[in-house]
Amino acid sequence: MPQREIQVLTGSIFEQESALSIEDLGRLCAADCALIVELVDEGILDGARGEAAEWRFSGAALRRARAALRLQRDLQINLAGVALALELMDEIHALRRRLRGLG
Amino acid sequence: MEFKDYYKIMGVARDASETQIKQAYRKLARKYHPDVSKEKNAEARFKELGEAYEVLKNPEKRAAYDQLGSGHSAGEQFRPPPDWGAGFEFSGGGGDSAAYSEFFEALFGRQGRGRHATRGGFDAAHGEDHHAKVLLDLEASFAGGTRAISLRVPDLDASGRLQLKERTLNVQIPKGILAGQTIRLAGQGARGAGGGAGDLYIEVDFQPHRLYRVDGRDVYLDLPVAPWEAVLGAAVKTPTPSGPIDLKIPPGSKGGTKLRLRGRGIPAQPAGDFFVVLQIALPPANDEKSGAAYRAMAAALPFDPRAGFGV
Repeated sequence: MPQREIQVLTGSIFEQESALSIEDLGRLCAADCALIVELVDEGILDGARGEAAEWRFSGAALRRARAALRLQRDLQINLAGVALALELMDEIHALRRRLRGLG
Repeated sequence: MEFKDYYKIMGVARDASETQIKQAYRKLARKYHPDVSKEKNAEARFKELGEAYEVLKNPEKRAAYDQLGSGHSAGEQFRPPPDWGAGFEFSGGGGDSAAYSEFFEALFGRQGRGRHATRGGFDAAHGEDHHAKVLLDLEASFAGGTRAISLRVPDLDASGRLQLKERTLNVQIPKGILAGQTIRLAGQGARGAGGGAGDLYIEVDFQPHRLYRVDGRDVYLDLPVAPWEAVLGAAVKTPTPSGPIDLKIPPGSKGGTKLRLRGRGIPAQPAGDFFVVLQIALPPANDEKSGAAYRAMAAALPFDPRAGFGV
């Protein structure tokens, strides 16, 4: 019988952490910092105030950045197109939620 | 292993031009991209599509694949011929993180995969991050508490073969976690060469609940009420995920009326709301006494539910 771990692990809700620097985000997305700056410029990511070195992103921003880069790579759309696609998907999502609330 | 008909997967003819193949890929990729598509098997379809495109867009790989002949049909048991691959040199490139099929790997080998495996950017000394998904009961998010989570982890055995190992972790569920959010367990990912371990990311979803529907941080309950409770008002014992409450039904409520209990949804930051949707339940008239009650009501109430129809 394999030994079962009895120790209790405590984690954090990743989306609510908001301490990711631009370097962290770049590393976690396997992307250059310059590309992260482009995502911010396109309005795909928020959480960017002041100098780039002071930017702090949430885990939710990381998910969004990854989705954006996947869309850019897999569908070969430019970042303006990615931003549009993500905004439209957000809107569809919100409308679906309202539809469910009505039902 | 099963033969894969890459032309069929891409919906193109065997003599399709490179342009046609590219167009077919673009169109299907938009349709099945997991970040976009709502189709259930989108991820599997997208991977299959990526694999097909990887082969058909590359003239060397396509020529090699075509050499297998057209006599095979999809799903058929397949073994590569012994002289397979002789005289072909495959260049990598393309593809990322997609797990290629056994069929693909038998034909093009691991070097055919292009860049793969190590999730970008991590140095080998720091272990890779692992990702998993779990289904939790909704109550776990309300009360917090510990849940045993079983994960199957790919691991190399002593002879270097890949094996799935079962690993059970007792995880403290953060109170107020929402579906789609991720619990990060620091240091529970893969161990790196330098001893530093990656993190384990557990994406949470809720099991379908017998009573409640969850929408983001809000929780919904369909509450059956008797006609007189809705019309006259009543206090009704109502379950909520944080324990039963006495709910006041205001007089004159209609079926479908939504009552909001602010802050009684998922205890996230900020907390969600709890919505009670009233469902008027009709008492059956299956004996003399209840039949008489309905007849007395019909006689006493000048009520035409179709008054607005004008017919």
